[in-house]
This record gives sequence, structure tokens and C-alpha cells, in this order.
Amino acid sequence: MSRLKLFIPVIVFLAMAVMLWRGLYLDPRTLPSVLIDKPLPEFALPTVELGDRVVGKADLPDEPFLLNVWGSYCLPCLQENPILMSAAEKGEVPIVGVNYKDKLNLAQLWLEDNGSPFEFSIMDENGRLGIDLGVYGAPETFVVDGSGVIRYKHIGVIDYKAWEDEIMPAVAQVRAETGQ
Amino acid sequence: MVPELGQFALILAFCLCAMLGTLPLAGAATGNRLWIGLARPLAAGVFVFLSLCMLILGYSFVNDDFTVLFVAQHSNSLLPIQYKLTAIWGGHEGSFLFWTWMLSGWMLSVAIFSKAMPDDFVARVLGIMGIIGAGYTMFMIATSNPFDRVLPLAPADGADLNSALQDIGFIIHPPSLYMGYVGFSVVFAFAIAALLSGRLDSAWARWSRPWANAAWAILTIGIALGSWWAYYELGWGGWWAWDPVENPPMINWLLGTALIHSLAVTEKRGVFKSWTVLLAIMAFAASLLGTFITRSGLLTSVHAFASDPTRGIYILGFLGLVIGGSLLLFALRAPLMKSEFGFGAVSREVFLLANNIILVVASAGILLGTLYPMVYQAVSGGDLISVGPPYFNIIFVPLMSLLVVFLGLGAVSRWKKTSVAYLKQQLMWVAIASVVLGLVLPLALTLEFSIGATLATALGLWIVLGIVQDIRVKTANKATRMEGLKSLAVAYIGMQIAHFGFAVILLGAGLTSMYSIEKSVLLAPGQSVELGHYEFQFEGTEHLSGPNYEAERATFQVLREGRFVRELHPEKRVYVASRTPSTEMAIDAGFTRDLFITLGDERESGAWSMSLYIKPFVRWVWLGAILMALGGVVAVTDKRYRRLKVKTLAKESDTADKADGYQPTAS
Amino acid sequence: MAIMKTTGAFLLALMLWTLPAVAPDAIHAGAAYAAVDTFEFETDEQQHRFRRMSDEFRCPMCQNTSLTGSNGGVAEDLRREIYLMIMDGKTDEEIEQFMFERYGDFVFYRPRLMWQTVLLWFGPLLFLLFGGWLIVGIVRRAQVNKVEEQVVLNEDEQAQLRKLLDTVKDRD
Repeated sequence: MSRLKLFIPVIVFLAMAVMLWRGLYLDPRTLPSVLIDKPLPEFALPTVELGDRVVGKADLPDEPFLLNVWGSYCLPCLQENPILMSAAEKGEVPIVGVNYKDKLNLAQLWLEDNGSPFEFSIMDENGRLGIDLGVYGAPETFVVDGSGVIRYKHIGVIDYKAWEDEIMPAVAQVRAETGQ
Repeated sequence: MVPELGQFALILAFCLCAMLGTLPLAGAATGNRLWIGLARPLAAGVFVFLSLCMLILGYSFVNDDFTVLFVAQHSNSLLPIQYKLTAIWGGHEGSFLFWTWMLSGWMLSVAIFSKAMPDDFVARVLGIMGIIGAGYTMFMIATSNPFDRVLPLAPADGADLNSALQDIGFIIHPPSLYMGYVGFSVVFAFAIAALLSGRLDSAWARWSRPWANAAWAILTIGIALGSWWAYYELGWGGWWAWDPVENPPMINWLLGTALIHSLAVTEKRGVFKSWTVLLAIMAFAASLLGTFITRSGLLTSVHAFASDPTRGIYILGFLGLVIGGSLLLFALRAPLMKSEFGFGAVSREVFLLANNIILVVASAGILLGTLYPMVYQAVSGGDLISVGPPYFNIIFVPLMSLLVVFLGLGAVSRWKKTSVAYLKQQLMWVAIASVVLGLVLPLALTLEFSIGATLATALGLWIVLGIVQDIRVKTANKATRMEGLKSLAVAYIGMQIAHFGFAVILLGAGLTSMYSIEKSVLLAPGQSVELGHYEFQFEGTEHLSGPNYEAERATFQVLREGRFVRELHPEKRVYVASRTPSTEMAIDAGFTRDLFITLGDERESGAWSMSLYIKPFVRWVWLGAILMALGGVVAVTDKRYRRLKVKTLAKESDTADKADGYQPTAS
Repeated sequence: MAIMKTTGAFLLALMLWTLPAVAPDAIHAGAAYAAVDTFEFETDEQQHRFRRMSDEFRCPMCQNTSLTGSNGGVAEDLRREIYLMIMDGKTDEEIEQFMFERYGDFVFYRPRLMWQTVLLWFGPLLFLLFGGWLIVGIVRRAQVNKVEEQVVLNEDEQAQLRKLLDTVKDRD
């Protein structure tokens, strides 16, 4: 018995090593959103495109859509813009922008230069809507259903792979579930 | 061509390590004198070739050889020369080479300073270190070669060293931290050599003590330098962040502290032998784990290197092999280790054991907190939690307080058996005085009561007054105080300096946490603000052009009760090349307090935002660490460890108690 | 040799101590990351609460720093929200709830106590109890050893030992 006790350290160590090995395949940087299956927060904010008009939840599409957080300062947003553009042109899914912590003139210039995939972009100049959405940096993309409930969240740049394997399947699923 | 020579030297170093890790061990097992004799020259050879690697990498940096990938990634032709050289440890590959080179430096030291030890034992120690070295060099060649080239399309200029690293802290902190870290592999090698040889008497403990003390002292300095660097670099007064990459050195340090005490007991009293061996293995495991965490990207940290799972797998495999193997060996050989003497329930042995346990519990707690988010994520299927400073402070502070109580008791107790009455007689006044002063002193200083400050002061004084009492007792029967002090053993003096240093850290950490104050304000030139007893007058800013930056430099007059104290100049810089802005805080460092100012932005009105801080006693944290390290170094210089001969060992251990200052006559 | 090392340590001490004071330009080449806010508080207690909360919430976008230690965009916004909530008279619980609803458990540097974190919070205590139990066991066994040791010495030997010890004492 007392000799067996001496094996405790090696056993504890091996258990730890297995855990560490398992840990290697986890990514500690992908934050899950706690807002999944929660309704979008209320807001009343101006837009980049619509002049003086103030928009709120009621102005959002009543079918599944993407809510894309972007900014003119954000390089990855530039990277994912062509993918969003082609989706918007093909009418695959409506996209609403959240212009996060940006300046109106810079945002307008950016849209002019790069093209706009958005129905419209909500101006969140002081980042308050961003906080309510649990955003921690652009770009982030939410899949929202027709009744304004967040169903999926993608953090970081959308590449073709993410578009094909994550975003569109999520949209399809929401459509199937809600029959829209 | 030159980098290829480095590559070649690296491969040769690996070959020599592989030989060192096999032949002398086989020689020691079979009694082959020739193979045993190979250990020292092979160790020297490893050092020579790794030094060559370092020189060649340094040469590539100095000559801006951007065909070398590592140089291209971490240097720039405009980088000042001191940073070009130290950029060697500015990234994963180079820092690993540096780490391995440190290991070979320790190998060489063992080869040189081991004349008193039997050759077969030295062969085993160096053989174990050779195995470790082979693992490290293999790792570099396979996954992290600092000599990799970018050919034929080499960049015209390098990407530059991260600007946060271009600092004196970067020049001195990593070398000392690594050196201490790696030093524990020496003690590990001694322990494994003892297990392999079956020579599980107190001899190995005596041989490894100076090495353990040296590694521990250097690690102490390394950690303190890191804390000091973070303090002035971060600019908000934080000096310890419990980051996942800071935690392994801390764990290593705590285990190392346990180890140097346990080694003392094993050497002097022949008890806790298997515990000491286990600690030596654990301390080394902690250093490997630190390597793993830093270099695999396992945990999110401010200082992680670029992550790469293949590196993680390799290090983990190595960790499993070396530590798993050692623990298995331990399980098989530990029954051979019989503790020789008994001891009473109240004795120095028991107090030291208690402190050992507390230190290990603290290490385990920190490890738990460090790895918990990862385990949580794995178990919960992707949810994340964070474990940060509040958690670590909650578990660490009570454990350290408990540690201090036992430290005071242990330091005055005698080996084998101490009566409770004796302890009372020795320590009653110490206990009363420290509690009373703990209540009174902070109150007198700041007129503000705080439990934390009282606790820190009382605990600090408990140690300090305990030291005073013990020295008084130990020098009591000498003709004069001076003569008494001179009669104290060097190792004993080292111990007391280190304990005093620990008390200084406690006081510094406790008081600065409790009494730091800060204020963030918007000031226009000519305005002033009061904080604590000080008044900060903002005189205005001027434009300044540095060598590679443009700056706004502010001038502050600091007054205390109307009297001028100092002029401070925080800056707001923009680096020309990278266009990154940076804030240069200004510090007025002092024995009892630091004042510092961090400049924010200029507003349209011409006013500036700024944060002002007063951090009482914050320097004591690092001063205490330096004293602790000094104590360790003093203990190493005790001649007892050098004049040691194998044959006289038995005789000496009889007189060891006396030499260490614990004469039975002292009472 | 010893003197060299000792002096070296003292030089280091001196350097750590005075470098920021005597040569600020020489060492302040690094960037400071702290953000500077200019929130105005009505009471010290509010300021303390603000600092404590910014210390205990993790910046969601950063590698691993508190809100205090980051000047990133979200950290700045969140500090502003915390400030507004404190000035609005919200309790700590309400502020924590606000953060939790948006960022989940990830933002708490002090993990909440729930069944998944029981081991985290009580683990160290368990370790300590286990350690205490170990000590008791070891001390008990040492006592047994001592009894055996004492048995080995008969009375004559005891007397001899005492005599031996006395001579040592005299020699001192």
C-alpha cells in the first residue's frame, strides 16, 4: 500500500499531461456570445446612408438577416467586403451594417470607395450599441432571425470558408426553423 | 554562409548532448572509467558549440542579415546596437537558443565546480543534463530553428523589434529569469543522479544545496526585474498581474523556496529525503511547464510567443518523457530512502515541513487557477471563464500569512525537539510587539486604519523581530556583540538576510496595496491639483524631437506642503517609423513612496488629461527581493560547501549543526 | 569572489532603486499602455469602486488584461459605462449583471461561484487539508521512529551520550 502511494505523483502528472494535450486543441480566443437566442437590444440611432432618419429595431428586416459590425479603420472589414458584396448582389441574404466607433464622413467615404453590401448601416459612434451586442471589435457578424432574435455569431473576418461553412448554413437553418 | 555555420554548430551541439546523455550514464552504470571521464569534456563541448551558435546569431543581427528569418522578423537596420544583440531573446527561436545556451552554461559550471564529488556521480548529473540539452537542441532543429533562411526573396529590411521590448528591462529581465529557471535543472539532475545511483544519503543534498541556492537567488532577481519592468512600463502602477506566463516562474520560485529549505533539512538531519527529491522534480517540471505554456499558445497571455501546436506537442512529449520518467523512477526508488532520525511534534523539522506544504499548496493553487479556464473550456464545450488577480490574491495572501507565522516559529526552533515553553519564552514579546506595532504604525503613518495594512505590518515585524531575537540569543554568550556576530556561520547570515528580505516584500506589497492613491484629471497649463500631501503643478508642454520619435514633453512641479520636491517630465510620443503613439510616464522614485504621472491626450481647450499616482513603499517589493537573492548568494559562499571532500563528509555532518549557527549551547 | 557577488547584488539594488529617478529618459523608451480617463467622482468611495471594478473585469478584446490596463476601444467604452453606472447609483451586483449579460463569465477575473467553479474555489483549501493530514501522518511516524531510537539506547548509553554532549558544551 505505502509503495503504491509513491505512484500517486506520476499518476497525477500523467492526468495533467493528458489534459494539457487536450488543451492544445482548444482555442482560448474564440469567445462564445452569451447573446445567442436573445433578442437584439433596443436602439434608436442615425444611419450612415439615410441622412437625419433615426432607426430602431422596427426598421430591421422581418426575414433572417446578417448584422455586420464594421468600421472604416478596420482592415479585416475591407477583406470580407467582397464576399458580403457578392452575397448582397445575388440577394442571398439581407445585410445590415453596424458602423462601430467610426466617424460619419470616414464611413461614407469607405462605402463610396469599396461599395456597400448593406441595406443601411446603423451609426454607433460611441460604441454603446456595440456594448449591448457584446461586441469587442470589428468585424463581427450576427445571424438574426425575422423576429429580431440573435441566432449565431461569427467573430473576426469572414472568408469564403466561413461564409460557406458557417454563415450560410446558419442562415439556412434559421430559415428552415422559422419557415421564412 | 555564416548562418549555416550556426546551423552546423547547433547540430554538433545536439550530437554532443546525445553522447553526453548516454555514454557517461552507461559508464556510471557499468563502471566504465573511460565513459565516465567523457562527461566533463562533452559538457564543455556542448557549451562551446552553443556559444558559437549564440555568437553567429548575434553576428547575423549586428550585420543586418535579413536573409535569416529570425533576424528579419525581430530586427531592423535602424535598431540601436544594444537591441540588435538582445533581440536574440526577442522571439521564440532565439530565446530558446538562449535558454539552451544557459543550460550549457550551468553544465559547464557543474563540470568545473564539482571536483569534490565522485566522478561517477558527476557523470550521472551531466548525463541527465545532456538528455535535457539533447531534447532542447532537437526541438530547435526540428521545429524552431533560429538559423532558418528566407531565400531567395529576402526582405530589404527587418520588421523591427516590438517597440514595447526596446527597453532596459528587456535587456536584463529575460537573461536573469531564464538563468534562474534553467538553474533548477541542475538540482533536478542531482536528484535523478542520486535516484539512479541509489546513493540516497544526505550527500546529494549537500552537493546540490549551493546550486539550488544559486538558481533560486537568480530566479528571485529575474522575477523581481520582471515586476519592476512591468511597473514602469505599464504606466498604471501594477507590479504583479498573475498572468498565465508570470505564474509558472512564480510556481517555480515557490517550489524552489520549498526545495532549498527541504534540502537543508535533508542534509542536516537526514529526514524528508523522498520529499526533497520529489520537490526537485516538481521544481524542474514547473520550469518545463512554463516553457510549454509560453511557447504553445495554450493560454491567452500578454507575453505569449506566436503559437504553434507542433511546438506544443513536442514540448509536451518531452515533458511527459522526462518528468513522467523521473516520477516513475522516484516511485520505484523511493522505498530505498529511509529517513534516519525521528523528531518531535514541535521541532524545526515540523515547522519547515509545514512551510514546505504551504508553499506546495500555494503552487498547486496557482497552477489550478492558471489551468482552470482551459479545463473549463474543454469540459463545458467551449464556454470561457477567466481566472485573474482577484482569485490569486484571495488564495495567495492567506497562505503566505500562514507561511510567515510558521517561518517565525521555525527560525527560532531547534532541530529534533523544541519545547513549547521555550518558544513562548523566545517569541512572546515578538508576537505582542508585532501585533501592537502592526496596529499603531500604519495608523501613525497615514491616520487611516486598514486591516490589510495591520496584517502586513504585523507579519513583517513578526519576521524582523524574530530575527533580532534569534541573533540576540545566538550571540549572547560571546564576550562582545561584535564577536558574537562574527561567530555566526555565513550560511546562517544568508538565511537571515533572505528572511529579512521576505519581510520587506511583505511590508512593501501590503502597504502599497492598501495606501496607493491616484487621481485622473484634466489640467490646463498653469493649473495644479492636490493628491495626498502633494501638489502637482502643471507648467505646460513643449515640443521635442527625439532620435526616432516626436514628443510633447510636459513639465510638472511637485510640491509637498508648499516646498519644492521635484520636477517631473512625462511625455507623449509618436514613433516616426511605426507611427505608434506611446506614453512615457515620469516617476519620482523614493524609499517611502513613488510619485508618478502618466500623460493622456491634449483636448481642444489646450488642457491635458493625466493620471497621477502615489504608491507608498512600492520599491520595497523589489528591494526585498534583492535582499532575498543576496541572502541566497551569501549562503552559497559559505566555505563549508567548497572545502568539502567525500571522505570527510561523514565527519562534517556531525558538526554541521554547529557550523550553521544552531549551537546547542546557544540557549 | 564572495565580495564580487555581494557588490554585484548591491549595484543591482542601487540600480533598481534609482534608475527611474536619475535617468528617466534612458529607461523610458518603452510604451506605457495604460489609458488615462478623466472621470470626476463625487466621493473617494466611488473612485475606489471604479478602480476595483475596472481591475476585476477583463478587457474582452485584449490578450489578457483588465479594463484598467487597456486603452483598447471596448475597454475605454466599458470603463465609461461603469463610470456612468456608478454615478447613476447602481450597485456592484447590477454592474456585474450588466457586464455578464453582454460578455458572459469571460469578463469576470473573479469567477462566480457555481458548481463548475467549486473545484476552483475550494481546491486550494482541499490541498491545504490534504497537506495538513500529510504532516500529521509524517509527525506520527517520526514519533514512532523516535521511540525506536530511544529504545536502542540503554541507560548506560544515555549517560555516555550526556557526557559527550557536556564535553561539546565545554569546548564551546
